[in-house]
Amino acid sequence: MDIMLDGIFRWLHIVAGVTWIGLLYYFNLVQVPAMKEATADGTAAGISKHVAPRALLWFRWAALVTWFAGAALLGPNFTHAFALEPAYAGIGIGAWLGTIMLFNVWVLIWPNQKKILGLVAATDEAKAKARRVAFLASRTNTMLSIPMLFFMANGLTHKAAIGL
Amino acid sequence: MKNPLDSITGTIVSGLVLTLVLYLFLKNFILAGV
Repeated sequence: MDIMLDGIFRWLHIVAGVTWIGLLYYFNLVQVPAMKEATADGTAAGISKHVAPRALLWFRWAALVTWFAGAALLGPNFTHAFALEPAYAGIGIGAWLGTIMLFNVWVLIWPNQKKILGLVAATDEAKAKARRVAFLASRTNTMLSIPMLFFMANGLTHKAAIGL
Repeated sequence: MKNPLDSITGTIVSGLVLTLVLYLFLKNFILAGV
């Protein structure tokens, strides 16, 4: 790949990835516990109305940009990575984990958050179920981000250091 | 049994364990014959 394009995709992949995973950690480390306390003292509406929709907007689109920039960066090696061929197996595991996380964002987290935030109509029972599904999908992504970042960081450039 | 993902600590420990499992899988199965 052209070295200039390669550099642009790598930069875009990292910038969008920082936005995505940074917001994921914000949700899990800050917003979820804050919402619990805010609900208890009746101040949760501000977060639900003004903060969460904005955070989710940047979160889901950053996830998509991260994935496409990563795919572009892999270029002709995309299938080698996803097939876990030895030379690309490290980055391939990172790519698989990132893909599962992207699925969770668009198929589990966002549709359920729309119900929770009242952007689409839902009964109280449906909202309660949506809250649990979105929470577990978000926690799953936080868990998956740990090995994903390990293999992304080490999969191609630090093979020797970690014996891969 | 409690779901480890219900707590931040459980989530991080699960992530670290999964990292080790995937690392060993990669090293001992995919890269074993290389």
